Amino acid sequence: MSKVKKSSAQDDSFIFNNSPLQFKKKYCRFKKSGIKYIDFKNADFLMKFVNDQGKLLPRRLTGTSLKYQRKVAEAVKRARHLAILPFIGDQLK
Amino acid sequence: MQPFNKKDSKNMVLKNYESVIILTPVLAEKQMQEAIASFRQLITEQGGNIVREENWGLTKLAYPIAKKSTGFYHIFEFQAPGTIVAKLELAYRRDEQVLRYLTIALDKHAVLYNERRSKGEFNKPKVIKEVTI
Repeated sequence: MSKVKKSSAQDDSFIFNNSPLQFKKKYCRFKKSGIKYIDFKNADFLMKFVNDQGKLLPRRLTGTSLKYQRKVAEAVKRARHLAILPFIGDQLK
Repeated sequence: MQPFNKKDSKNMVLKNYESVIILTPVLAEKQMQEAIASFRQLITEQGGNIVREENWGLTKLAYPIAKKSTGFYHIFEFQAPGTIVAKLELAYRRDEQVLRYLTIALDKHAVLYNERRSKGEFNKPKVIKEVTI
């Protein structure tokens, strides 16, 4: 147990959405579950990668690998063009 | 517009495309079908073969376009030579009923995904395993 990093209680807990006492290693969900293509037509799925203003979330928070972050960004931008996702929003979630 | 020459088609490589259009909501059901049929005809005339189509019906837009808050979404998925894209998009731009359009080339993963999606495999919640951020 000694190898588990201890974070300084409050500051990280909002990022990791986790117990403030220990880190949980983030991972790329696309690599883990074998998703190769991100569909711009699926608004519910893309909503997981934008914040409540409709802005793209950074990899730092979602854990997505660079390869798939580029694809996520492309899909979100396509969805915005087709009015599937808003360019700007207020309290989307 | 030049009719598609069958002789040329032998040298052309077919690519997979997906084209989404948003039609204005003021159309009657019949007018909408007519507009879609004309684009469908254009694709086949230009040497494309339609793989599948999807119509979402009247759908709410995420933000207003041309002062409309709803629109008819229609999706064509087809195989065609690359020359088709410019002609198809020109036809979209000329047609006042089309509010928005997007044509993209599909890679092999996308083709596979769309095939599985059309069979309804992604409606089951277990396929896409989600993790809370």
